[in-house]
Amino acid sequence: MEQQKTATREGYGKALLELGRKNKNVVVVDADLGDSTKAEYFGKEFPERFFTVGIAEQNMVGVAAGISVTGKIPYASTFAIFSERAFELVRNVVARNKLNVKLCGSHAGITTGEDGKSAQAIEDIAIYRALPNMIVLQPADSVEAEKMVFALADYNGPSYMRVHRTAFPAIHSPDFKFEIGKGEILREGKDAVIFASGTMVHEALKASDILKNKGVNVYVVNISTIKPIDSKLIIELAKKTNCVITAEDHNIIGGLGSAVAEVLCENYPCKMKRIGVQDVYGESGKPDELYKKYGLDAESIAEDVMKAVRKK
Amino acid sequence: MPKKDLILDLKKKAKELRKDIITMIYNAQSGHPGGSLSEIDMLVALYYYKLRIDPKSPKWEDRDRFVLSKGHASPGIYAVLADRGFFPKSELGRFRQLNGMLQGHPELSTPGVEFAGGSLGQGMSFSVGIALALKLDKKSSKVYVMIGDGESQEGIVWEASMAAAFHKLDNFIAILDKNQVQETGKTKDVMDIGDVAAKWKAFGWNVIEINGHDMNEIIKALDIAASTKNGKPTMIVSNTMKGKGVSFMELNYKFHGKAPNEEEYKKALEDINKIDVKKFK
Repeated sequence: MEQQKTATREGYGKALLELGRKNKNVVVVDADLGDSTKAEYFGKEFPERFFTVGIAEQNMVGVAAGISVTGKIPYASTFAIFSERAFELVRNVVARNKLNVKLCGSHAGITTGEDGKSAQAIEDIAIYRALPNMIVLQPADSVEAEKMVFALADYNGPSYMRVHRTAFPAIHSPDFKFEIGKGEILREGKDAVIFASGTMVHEALKASDILKNKGVNVYVVNISTIKPIDSKLIIELAKKTNCVITAEDHNIIGGLGSAVAEVLCENYPCKMKRIGVQDVYGESGKPDELYKKYGLDAESIAEDVMKAVRKK
Repeated sequence: MPKKDLILDLKKKAKELRKDIITMIYNAQSGHPGGSLSEIDMLVALYYYKLRIDPKSPKWEDRDRFVLSKGHASPGIYAVLADRGFFPKSELGRFRQLNGMLQGHPELSTPGVEFAGGSLGQGMSFSVGIALALKLDKKSSKVYVMIGDGESQEGIVWEASMAAAFHKLDNFIAILDKNQVQETGKTKDVMDIGDVAAKWKAFGWNVIEINGHDMNEIIKALDIAASTKNGKPTMIVSNTMKGKGVSFMELNYKFHGKAPNEEEYKKALEDINKIDVKKFK
């Protein structure tokens, strides 16, 4: 039987609504994409706490920042790509001042699909990760997205949460506990470790099944906090396997692969393979077609892991 | 009508603080004198007359907020905040120095500073956020934001202006310090912002136009703006002169972001000392 699939943005929207019911201090700022980011669930129930700014992402960030200094907890969401339009506000107003603004970028990565390269943010993790004070999160499924929204409400400081358009099956059970900064071992192995984030966790899990049939056992680790990254776990598993693979739907420059490489080259230098978008822009197509073409699907990951294991 | 004594006192205060501004920038050999001198009369009116604030309790919940969006004009607000007792006046001597409290552009860590400026246009948007939150909580506090005329070339000023009118923020008062000059020349030559009064009216705002160096007009405009409750934000177009009060800095773009040398410093103080507060406007 086909498992029910849900997108992480759905988890974002559902959790916002639930959080809004529990905490009157929570407000949402929307730049005319609430139907896509799912922030509209909150907006329909709490119109007085749902501030629209129109198609004006810079103002969305500035307004959220202003709201935050009054003690309210603003979530500001738009497409990941359009949040980048407000990058300098995120830098100079939000991150510089450690303001309690929860920025959420939806429709991230080439998994966004048919809309093509203009909509497929593949550099957002890199740019937000480079900001002091900023934390960067990416859930692997809708359940984790929900927990993340709640965890962020209890966290005081600037954050970027990256969610996706495409639906995937749930990896986590509803009682799963999310903790900012903690990596999560989903599969135990010995021959290699795949550190994956977001939608790529699903591909990595499928890849591990393929590899198992070939007699190769890999760790699959969900890195949903990209900053601050779980260095301890990364070093520990690199030592155990001496074969590290990263998998992300993001440019290989500046994202998860870079973050893992930064940890390892200073602590436990070892060979690494970074799977991701190879410093190119995407194109229109169905998400699974794109993953295949750009080498992000389970088969491609399995092949890359096999090559890496053989080189050990 | 405000008392005559009040007006005279405010004018004297502005004269005194003009000297602090120039001294601060001269000591640092760095900073922005032009826009600090153009804004100072308005800042004095706000901080000594209009704003509901308590220097002993800078984070008092029911205070009015003043956002200096044109953050480069920090010497103006530092001079005022120090004089009002938000922090010791000795800090002015460490303006722009390593480990000093008073950064080149304001930071939220400085008592009394409500917005960390430095990148133009952003304070306008930030202020819309504060005003929305205050309204949501049914607070009577007002949000005042000062922007420059060069700053109005930034697109976000208009994004925020549209939103302030749309959300009916009548607790929002913007002041355009229209000092006519920006970094590389006269605003009308660099990028003419045109009929700003008409523009903000078209955006759904109340607009008041004044001479921003005439304390009588400033006080009247602030009183009208604060008492207007018609569901619209108010823009005070404050016609000023960059470098006002120092002859060789007036309307001189070269003193947008340059410190005076020793000779210029002496001359600047002489000019300010010569100001006849009764006639000044």
